[in-house]
Amino acid sequence: MIGLGHYLAVGAILFVLGVFGIFLNRKNVIVILMAIELILLSVNINLVAFSAFRADMVGQVFAMFVLTVAAAEAAIGLAILVIYFRNRGTIAVDDINQMKG
Amino acid sequence: MIQVIVFYLFATLVIASGVMTIASRNPVHSVLWLILAFFNAAGLFLLIGAEFLAFLLVIVYVGAVAVLFLFVVMMLDVDFAELRAGISRYWPLGVGLAAVLLFEMLAAVLAYNAGGIALQGGTAPIAEGSSNIVALGELLYTRYLFIFEAAGLVLLVAMVGAIVLTRRKRSDVRPQNISQQVRRRPQDAVVNTQPEVGQGVEL
Repeated sequence: MIGLGHYLAVGAILFVLGVFGIFLNRKNVIVILMAIELILLSVNINLVAFSAFRADMVGQVFAMFVLTVAAAEAAIGLAILVIYFRNRGTIAVDDINQMKG
Repeated sequence: MIQVIVFYLFATLVIASGVMTIASRNPVHSVLWLILAFFNAAGLFLLIGAEFLAFLLVIVYVGAVAVLFLFVVMMLDVDFAELRAGISRYWPLGVGLAAVLLFEMLAAVLAYNAGGIALQGGTAPIAEGSSNIVALGELLYTRYLFIFEAAGLVLLVAMVGAIVLTRRKRSDVRPQNISQQVRRRPQDAVVNTQPEVGQGVEL
């Protein structure tokens, strides 16, 4: 029978895939943003799984807020990406040092 | 029995498409794999009884975010082959970090299954007999109303921010300047003259 552990395992594997994707595509900001989306999806899977198996609705409410913030983050991130590309003609993350941080 | 089969189908597909998302050579393919991952995650949500979030995932992610990604990937003229140059150098570090993370999470799950920490009772138990959407709506519009409004504000700020960031001042067009138009008065714009016959008008 499918239990909480199964869902948590799927969430964990997805989270690890997202982190691995950030390291694998260190230069490509677009794929890094997609990896962040994968991480947030895994968080949502965890929240919904706990919500369902503990019969508590709050997890799903929070999953909705995570979804909201993820959408806002994607929009802002892609907007920054577009203006960066317009200014520099490349999206290689290694070259992003204009602010000398 | 069919729940188990469907769970493993969705779980396998979501993980496989996650792998393909980060491993694809072409970012357009990455976005398409990401869409497949979201569809299968929506299936997992449906299976567990969270229908509303499943629909939200399909509508918001597949309908909006993934299309946004697709737009940006196709709009930017980037040499993606060059961006993949360093992968052979990076992947051992990435695999090491991912292995550590996975080990930690599996240890946490095992500890939880071995008894775990005594959790207190739920704060918003799911009522028997009411559907998922009704229960979620009742919670969202009562106890979490202000957080819900704040989430809407976050989206508004994100929209305004994205527009402000990507707006571009162009010098080769003459856009309408409304304040200049409103400020214009008849005495500045109209002149009555009575020119002599055969004479022109000085403007």
